[in-house]
Amino acid sequence: MTPTEHCTDPTAAERRDRFLSRRSVIEMRARERAQALLDPGSFRELLGPFDRLESPWLPLQGIVPESDDGVVIARGELAGKPAVIMAIEGAFQGGSMGEVSASKIAAALRLARGDWESGKAILPVLLLETGGVRLQEANLGEAVVAEIHAEIIALRRHVPVIGVIHGMVGCFGGMSIAAGLCSYLVVLPQARLGLNGPEVIEQEAGIDELDAGDKQMIWSLMGGEQRYETGFADALIEDDAEQLRQAIRDLAARGLPARHRSEAVDDYQRRLAKIDPTRPLDGPALRRLWPQGDRQ
Amino acid sequence: MSASELSNRGRTWFDALAGGAQRIETGLASVLVADATLADERVRLLAIVPDPHNRFPRARHGEVGLDEAWALAYHVRAAIAADRSGVQRPLIAIVDVNSQAYGRIEALLGIFLSLAAAADAYATARMSGHPVVALVVGKAISGGFLAHGEQAHRLLALDAPGVMVHAMPKESAARVTRRSVEELDALGKTIIPMAYDIRQYARLGLLRELITGIDADAPSAPQITRVKERVAAAIADIRVDPGDLTSRLNNPEAKVHRAASIEVRRRLAEQWNA
Repeated sequence: MTPTEHCTDPTAAERRDRFLSRRSVIEMRARERAQALLDPGSFRELLGPFDRLESPWLPLQGIVPESDDGVVIARGELAGKPAVIMAIEGAFQGGSMGEVSASKIAAALRLARGDWESGKAILPVLLLETGGVRLQEANLGEAVVAEIHAEIIALRRHVPVIGVIHGMVGCFGGMSIAAGLCSYLVVLPQARLGLNGPEVIEQEAGIDELDAGDKQMIWSLMGGEQRYETGFADALIEDDAEQLRQAIRDLAARGLPARHRSEAVDDYQRRLAKIDPTRPLDGPALRRLWPQGDRQ
Repeated sequence: MSASELSNRGRTWFDALAGGAQRIETGLASVLVADATLADERVRLLAIVPDPHNRFPRARHGEVGLDEAWALAYHVRAAIAADRSGVQRPLIAIVDVNSQAYGRIEALLGIFLSLAAAADAYATARMSGHPVVALVVGKAISGGFLAHGEQAHRLLALDAPGVMVHAMPKESAARVTRRSVEELDALGKTIIPMAYDIRQYARLGLLRELITGIDADAPSAPQITRVKERVAAAIADIRVDPGDLTSRLNNPEAKVHRAASIEVRRRLAEQWNA
């Protein structure tokens, strides 16, 4: 599926109408995104701003906390079926995972597993707009991100865990590992997905290794389209809430994968063995080596 | 970083716990695996060590790189498969990892997924009845620790200079948070989760045990015996009460310094079906 494939040979007028009726996911805040994904009227936020669960660590460092710590947990229905959306707000502290924000996600995943264990179905969807661990809460953020990993792995025995990376922050650090653990991943072309943010690679390895200012090169390495075309993501969609809803429904309908991407050890070891690190390799070359759909 | 600065601790403790057990061939000089005997029981040891000739240049200093992470996943899963109808052998991750490999080719080839595969394997082992213990003998930094250690039932660490757990190498953390390294060090003294020091880390309740009085670089025979005893005790404890990562919330330190974690879980559970 490419961004335009599902729409066969549209006329100019149809293309224009479709563009005008699109609701940009990127331009929304996390709460609006969760509302847009759930069926109208079904949105119920848990631990919302009025619960005032803030970061206890940011004020100690002179940073103003937010009353939801940058994560929205919402229950509701998606196409008439129970769902929980865990949406990270990229506009607050770069979507970083602190003790509270990460705990909200870990706890929601665990409660969703509890539902399955008592016979109740619920679809978990993660909106991953995050720079990774919040460095002002470093070790606690990281510890709770490990709990998120543990909970995704435990929950996806029951139900596909669906991750979405829309952009523009992207998905980095420990939360990129969370993305790697998801059953299915939806990306937009504006997304970036990588363990190390470009600035961190430049800092650690030098500007000759990677120039964090070279946007085109960054997207050719870790952009949404690149990740989709090389089999690291399962759906590539345009920036439109309805397309995202549809993509999530389609992936949920697939049921559990025969094996998860992070379980495909022999497959990736075989692929890596064929890589020669002494020879140049760029994004387009990897698309030829590891085409989407090639993984066994 | 010159060869003489490369940390030898992973190998030191791997050898100490292996006690001459035959190594399992991993095809990588950076990944050590062996089935050793500990408290009359077969255990699998896994360590990442520096390999100055690593084919990926950014993974030559003890980082968890692409090959290393997939190899960990492979050797953890091999133990799970072999023990499916027998005693689930304990897995011991010996942790001295200098973060993950930071490079362009690592980004391109999806090191995020490699680390996910390693974390997945350890968590799967934990959920399949294998007691999983992480023994931190040196650095446990960032993604390296998330892939190799954090999914364990129990975290143990040596109380020794140079033993540290952290979310990011210090210089990077300074740049990303727009602070100086000196400011970061000062903050760690008052803001516990920011600290690089293992004793401060222990105050968060995440460690089951901080093992004191051990020379991390050149342990004596009695010191090695004591560390083995503590690891064996952790394994015995897991067999009685395995729990999962949330068991790190049930201790006096966590009640003080992770009160927010506990509060979030309690109140979200209250509201879940409200």
